[in-house]
Amino acid sequence: MTQLTSCIFGFNIVEKMMDIHGFEVVTNNFSSFMVGALVTLELTALAVAFGMILGLVFGLLRLAPNFKIGYHLSGLYIDFFRGTPLFVQILLLYFGVLPFFGDIGAFTSAVIACSLNSGAYIAEIVRAGIQAIDQGQMEAGRSLGMNQRQAMWYIILPQAYKVVIPPLINEFIAMLKDTSLVSIIGVSELTLRGKLVYASTYEPAWVWGTIAIIYFIMTKLLAMFGDYMERRLATE
Amino acid sequence: MIRVENVCKSFGLLEVLKGVSCYVAPREVVCVIGPSGSGKSTLLRCINQLETVQSGDVMINGMDITHPSIDINKIRQQVGMVFQLFNLFPHKTTLENITLAPTKILKISPAEAHQRAVTLLGKVGLLDKADVYPHKLSGGQKQRVAIARALAMQPKVMLFDEPTSALDPEMVGEVLEVMKDLAHEGMTMMVVTHEMGFAREVGHRVMFMDEGVIVEEGTPAHLFDNPQNPRTKAFLSKVL
Ligand SMILES: Nc1ncnc2c1ncn2[C@@H]1O[C@H](COP(=O)(O)OP(=O)(O)O)[C@@H](O)[C@H]1O
Ligand SMILES: [Mg+2]
Repeated sequence: MTQLTSCIFGFNIVEKMMDIHGFEVVTNNFSSFMVGALVTLELTALAVAFGMILGLVFGLLRLAPNFKIGYHLSGLYIDFFRGTPLFVQILLLYFGVLPFFGDIGAFTSAVIACSLNSGAYIAEIVRAGIQAIDQGQMEAGRSLGMNQRQAMWYIILPQAYKVVIPPLINEFIAMLKDTSLVSIIGVSELTLRGKLVYASTYEPAWVWGTIAIIYFIMTKLLAMFGDYMERRLATE
Repeated sequence: MIRVENVCKSFGLLEVLKGVSCYVAPREVVCVIGPSGSGKSTLLRCINQLETVQSGDVMINGMDITHPSIDINKIRQQVGMVFQLFNLFPHKTTLENITLAPTKILKISPAEAHQRAVTLLGKVGLLDKADVYPHKLSGGQKQRVAIARALAMQPKVMLFDEPTSALDPEMVGEVLEVMKDLAHEGMTMMVVTHEMGFAREVGHRVMFMDEGVIVEEGTPAHLFDNPQNPRTKAFLSKVL
């Protein structure tokens, strides 16, 4: 009878929610989650930083069809890393490629995989950003006697960076979420820590709920920073 | 100064210049007129190699600049170009627009470049706009800055591609005035224009271009008052 009424009035659920155990699991492991979030941030920052260097180089190569090798190599790179899942890239690199180069740790391997992946997307951002600048700007520079590189450096890039910043911040946010995939190779970032706590406590709602909220706060802060930058660039 | 010999240029299957030959002597002002799409801009752009030519020669100061061994950047420093849509650098102030190339390319000192820019701004009547960004300028002011920017490289010849076509009518005069001063100082100029009054008054020679060829050329008096070719006559009757 009591069983029945509690079911009807949803007492079961309420009872579960009032259960102190799940809450304790979260508080007990909170500092571990925080360290995991820091690892996630570190991984993301490194991946996007290296990704920006790769992206600038390969994006510029994509705009130089006269330099055939570079142009095609860059196309291949971009297509491959955008055309295959990051998850598979992480596995391939960690288990399939890097062992040939000696004992490279999971974290380094994860940074390399994420950087290569990010670089491919950023290359496209860079290419689009440069192509968004009016052709006449390059011509004006060239007609003043600048060579291609000088015109790119003094005229095109200072304008393109404004176009590039908003999509770059989007890429940053996407990468931050996607680093959760490296938990598969044992990098002790936020998601892996969630998995471990979940496995030993069996509190899925509490654990994954907390992990989700931490990710959400990080992406939200980044998005707000992005909005701020966009507004600042607009008024410049 | 400039000698174009038998230049042909196509974009894909479209033949835009069909064997054009012409010249501009030192201190001469040559105006190019003709219907739109006739290849006037392409001709100017071939002269400073913004377009590569398929055949023919472009000689500047006796050097064939279509030759691969030529450092085209060095040549372009001596050939100023003014565009229909100004193409000012939006991230630089008026003054910086003018000093950028002289400091970075000619490597003259910032102080000297600044002095040069101030002198030129005075000349085009925009001293008070030195620290303003281009988007704050009117069309006529933008084009005057663009002229000053080109002059800061101290070019030997200036190319103008319809410098007043994108301007509101009340601003055409101020730009033409600057160009007229320049002509009177003895600058060698090649001017593509629809301003027939300017061509007649300032031009030493006028060329009429149609469908990728120079149909007729001569002194303004000859070309405007006594055109020989029926195509010239037809064009002039429409624009005059
Ligand atoms: N980059 C280009 N690619 C293809 N066609 C072009 C290009 N530039 C010009 N054209 C074509 O060449 C012809 C001549 O153009 P243009 O020299 O700009 O004429 P004008 O300046 O006399 O109006 C036009 O038909 C134009 O469409
Ligand atoms: Mg034109």
